[in-house]
Amino acid sequence: MDMAFSSEENSFRDEVREFLKEKLPQRLANKVKLGKRLNKDDMVEWHAILNEQGWLATNWPEEFGGPGWTAVQKHIFDEECWAAGAPRTVPFGLNMLAPVLMKFGSEEQKAHYLPRILDGTDWWCQGYSEPGAGSDLASLRTSAVRDGDHYIVNGQKTWTTLGQFADWIFCLVRTSSEGKRQEGISFLLIDMNTPGVTVRPIILIDGEHEVNEIFFDDVKVPVGNLVGEENKGWTYAKYLLTHERTGTANVGNSNAALERLKKIATEQKKGGKPLAEDPYFAARLAKVEIDLNALKTTNLRILVEADSGAAPGPESSMLKVKGTIVRQEINDLSRRALGPYALPFSSEAMEDGYNEEPIGPEYANPIAAKYFNNRKMSIYAGSNEVQREILTKTKLGLS
Amino acid sequence: MDFSLNEDRRMLADTLSRFLSDNYDIETRNGFALQDGNCSMEMWGKFAELGIIGALFKEDAGGFGGEGADLMVVFEALGRHLVLEPFLPTLLAGTVLSSAGGHDGLMEQVIGGESILALAHGEPASRYEMSHVEATAKQNGDQWEINGNKSVVIGGGIATHLVVSARTSGDADSAEGISLFLVEKSDKVGIRDYGTLDGYGAAELSLNGANGTLIGEEGAGYALLEEAYAAATTAICAESLGAMEVAKDMTVEYMKTRKQFGIPIGKFQALQHRMADVLIELEQMRSAVVNAAGNLDADRVTREREVSAAKYLAGNVGRQVAEEAIQIHGGIGMTWEYAVGHFAKRIIMIDHLLGDTDHHLERYIALGRS
Repeated sequence: MDMAFSSEENSFRDEVREFLKEKLPQRLANKVKLGKRLNKDDMVEWHAILNEQGWLATNWPEEFGGPGWTAVQKHIFDEECWAAGAPRTVPFGLNMLAPVLMKFGSEEQKAHYLPRILDGTDWWCQGYSEPGAGSDLASLRTSAVRDGDHYIVNGQKTWTTLGQFADWIFCLVRTSSEGKRQEGISFLLIDMNTPGVTVRPIILIDGEHEVNEIFFDDVKVPVGNLVGEENKGWTYAKYLLTHERTGTANVGNSNAALERLKKIATEQKKGGKPLAEDPYFAARLAKVEIDLNALKTTNLRILVEADSGAAPGPESSMLKVKGTIVRQEINDLSRRALGPYALPFSSEAMEDGYNEEPIGPEYANPIAAKYFNNRKMSIYAGSNEVQREILTKTKLGLS
Repeated sequence: MDFSLNEDRRMLADTLSRFLSDNYDIETRNGFALQDGNCSMEMWGKFAELGIIGALFKEDAGGFGGEGADLMVVFEALGRHLVLEPFLPTLLAGTVLSSAGGHDGLMEQVIGGESILALAHGEPASRYEMSHVEATAKQNGDQWEINGNKSVVIGGGIATHLVVSARTSGDADSAEGISLFLVEKSDKVGIRDYGTLDGYGAAELSLNGANGTLIGEEGAGYALLEEAYAAATTAICAESLGAMEVAKDMTVEYMKTRKQFGIPIGKFQALQHRMADVLIELEQMRSAVVNAAGNLDADRVTREREVSAAKYLAGNVGRQVAEEAIQIHGGIGMTWEYAVGHFAKRIIMIDHLLGDTDHHLERYIALGRS
């Protein structure tokens, strides 16, 4: 056993830091660190910088343009990106659709779509959840009926993250109602500009617009946009979800958030002394730090094992549950750290061009809003209840 | 012992609940939050007509209530509808004025809804510490001139009269030497008003030689503040309880109707047990509010410990209830359109008013040693 990073890993970290110092625009880093609203241009800008470096598709095999990193390298890269305040990459094309296309897509599909994901031509969004199909995804009802060279799609998807910016959506659709519910599902790629596709914003409790409802009204989709075989979509969907859950421990994000929280706790004063020295708050901080440090190792243990052959299986459910609990705890402590200044909130102050003097400390405005926004983490990508079900069935054999 | 409410309070509760059910649904409420001052002045007038403002104060202050049980009944009902109008600042500042005495005329206007009060006490560096006051006042004839900054003054934007704390002696953290002043708005009172995350109106104030008249005795403001904070803290614990009851009820109702995997999610034992825990904690919370409300007129240490106990629990139980309500609703609980998220926001933000969980736990321990 050797818990130290190797010299190669350490020089890789230096290389990543050097890259971030040189190429991450300060403007973007400041927005991320102050919790300002990122717009489409910001995300596109960072996407292009990473692509130019060849460090965009960190999970892709080298033959498709990935950097060929080990699990530890990916972990280091993730940690450094978050620490530097880099925007997160939008995962829908890169980390969800791409692995499905690589494994199940036709040669034409791979040759057409994968380069366009890298160069940013296509912004993808995810069409999985429906109003009646959340945790129980297989109950989805959006239908695709074959009509000559096309499918005619009707139905509704929901919780579509950043769908307002998307050019394309990958959808699970029902192509058969025969047999088991899972057997009639197909995986379809739909151009968002097709007549009959409507996007309606859903505003979240912090007032932010990041998710949408997508309506399909007699939408004509060429049969060539089917991925793999008809009615085999459930297999592809599950494959995608295991990829969605890599990186699910979110340790890079939590690490950066904890560092910012510690800084806030030294700046905030209680009884004239830094809040970080208050025994009550210090105990809360220590507890979450202990959890996060253990999780970093749990994460690496699982990822390194997967790297040496075994696919990340139900273990990723542990990472999802604990990863979101830790991240949400840091959100909770961050709002506590602010004291009464957790109360004021201005949506305008989330914008780049906002020049008025902040109310309270400069960092305060988005923090309580973020506490509420991140409640989504234990709901999305398979709720924590669903993850616990997976664990009780697969790891504990209790079913 | 008797935990039942008397006839007058039952009527008060019924009147207020009926009025709110008829006039204060969540869409209407969220509309009020967008108006100037983040509330409805028309509603405030109606609350005055119904006698709800008067129910916060004792008879010698011109009111017709003012007992712990009155506060509990009124604020629990307000919490059930997330009422935005300035009951909390009215209770805080009004308790100071009525305890000090000598402000019968103003209190009559306040109870009638014609004048609006706010307490400007917290400062940028005070966090939750009640004795931390840096603002200063110096005497100038029978008037005083006040200088300093006040932060997160709830209702500070719409108030017509401010009760302001300022130091007339002692160092910044001393409970001795704090005096309270009645200040009318003028160009010497800089006001930056804004909305809070949960939709209420608040303001940052800068006092630049503002004129004030002394309330009570010079240097003896701390005791008045503590008494007002005790009443107001009890009140917002009851408000939080009301909001929590609604969040719990909405969640249980949703569990009965929302189907996944072919059955209502309320059939899943894992979720059932979590809501059973919520039920237990809510009953504990209600008891803590009863303990605080029933001891508002007790000796200082008893009163303050019960108040801190209740606020400690409100923070802890509040987090549990708010987070479970959102989680069990799933995505729909995260949306602006659906009510439960607004209840969750109020429940959590109450932890940031008048001292959070850690503050009151520490205070409870310290009071136990005295």
